[in-house]
Amino acid sequence: MDVLYFAWVRERIGHPLDRVETEAATVRDLVEELRTREDRYAAAFADLSALRVAVDQELTDFDAPLAGAREVAFFPPMTGG
Amino acid sequence: MQEAPFDLGEEARAFTARQTGMGAVVTFTGIVRDVADGLDVMEIEHYPGMTGRALTKIAEEARARWSLGDVLILHRFGRLRADELIMMVATASRHRADAFQAAEFLMDYLKSRAPFWKKEHGRDGAGWVAARDEDEAALDRW
Repeated sequence: MDVLYFAWVRERIGHPLDRVETEAATVRDLVEELRTREDRYAAAFADLSALRVAVDQELTDFDAPLAGAREVAFFPPMTGG
Repeated sequence: MQEAPFDLGEEARAFTARQTGMGAVVTFTGIVRDVADGLDVMEIEHYPGMTGRALTKIAEEARARWSLGDVLILHRFGRLRADELIMMVATASRHRADAFQAAEFLMDYLKSRAPFWKKEHGRDGAGWVAARDEDEAALDRW
């Protein structure tokens, strides 16, 4: 699946996209896997309350299931308008 | 969504001209504000795959709540300078209350539910604009 990062999450991790092979059942499980990759991932995912997540381009929460998901995106709270 | 500037007058005129039987058109425009240390560039990042569907969903929600003839949302991304127009919404309705309320609703949702992020580049460095609690709280009134 594609894992996308935006704004300071992208900057902290250092690139905008990872292609990930995962058995993670939920977004939270995926976060746990990503955290163990490298320090910069651990830093980006240190405080989940500062992050928002979209699964297949729909805003959701960290307990959302990942079965069949093709794209997960992590980003800070949005500042449109 | 577009990177290029837009002409507020032209967009408002074209939107108004498309309406039939509407008694009211409300427009709102967001402008890049200067900051204390002087803003060089306001960088607006977005999530291309999600932005279109998020804006459509917000517009559909407004149409479901109010009696609207039409809704327009324009939002720029890329690198903007102080005093440039960032975005606009326009709503048309038979009576003004629907158009006013729907425009406010659209703005509240665009702030917190459309995947855009702003980064201010000033003389003293750059920083991401933090979301404000008031913006999230503003959704509760709807």
